[in-house]
Amino acid sequence: MGTSTTLLVLGAFLASAVEMVEALTIVLGVGIVRGWRSTLIGVAAAAIVLAALVAALGPALRLVPIDTLRLVVGALLLAFGLQWLRKAILRAGGYKALRDEDEAFKKEQAEAAAAGPRQRVGLDWYSFTVSFKGVLLEGLEVVFIVISFGSAQGRLGAAAAGAGAAVVLVVAAGIVARGPLERIPENTIKFAVGLLLTSFGCFWAAEGVGVDWPGDELSLLGVLAFLGVVSFTLVTALRRERVAAAAAGAKP
Amino acid sequence: MSFLGSFGRFWWNFVVGDDWRVAAGLALALGLTALFTRGGVDAWWFLPLAVVLVLAESLRRAVRESA
Repeated sequence: MGTSTTLLVLGAFLASAVEMVEALTIVLGVGIVRGWRSTLIGVAAAAIVLAALVAALGPALRLVPIDTLRLVVGALLLAFGLQWLRKAILRAGGYKALRDEDEAFKKEQAEAAAAGPRQRVGLDWYSFTVSFKGVLLEGLEVVFIVISFGSAQGRLGAAAAGAGAAVVLVVAAGIVARGPLERIPENTIKFAVGLLLTSFGCFWAAEGVGVDWPGDELSLLGVLAFLGVVSFTLVTALRRERVAAAAAGAKP
Repeated sequence: MSFLGSFGRFWWNFVVGDDWRVAAGLALALGLTALFTRGGVDAWWFLPLAVVLVLAESLRRAVRESA
């Protein structure tokens, strides 16, 4: 497996894992309070829609010329990945609150308990729609990453396998834990995914406008290392600035 | 209309997110990279540098706004 394919599978796996942890919190919150039948039907329906999107869009994108595809996909990944990286840096630097899975789980449970009975077509409509929407919305980002990685690199199967492995792992961990996976270092994973998406985006978008990278695919590692060093430096700078601002505020 | 609005919001949040200047900066950087390449300059170094500048500027603004 080449360097870029390994990074591609790793990126799809990590992105899928972090999104599925958030989806799991929603599904557990609803399922525990309102019952599992309608909740799991909602999950299955969303999974079918997501799989259909990958199956339909993945092969369709093969018809687009590779340079155009890499430019469009690279630009989108760059914009999308830089958002993840920016938020992860702000969280690591202490300027944005970390996501609390336990708090999200309790909120989901409270809302599920407060919602009245809503029966439609033999289903608890609240459980069905909340789990369907939760899995679909969290899964759409994963689908975008799988399709973009898979089509731009010609490795749709590998990207889908990476994402699928993460789904299996998160579901298994959820069954074992019987609760939200609050110990997962979500921001660290989002940081890594942001770095990978931004690096791939940078590499493909530049190739799409005609850039010849020195060393070809090996440049991807260089871009990743460069952005990694810069990101860690920015986190350190933000932490120092925060400490300095707190110290200045504490002075009489 | 509500569906179209939600669809549009989804894509706006997806691509543009919290800071529209990041997306605008990246579009400008890509445009300049294309111009360099067409002008015969092998500008592989330009986009990573531009990404770092766009990111640092966006973080600087976020920190200033949070103060």
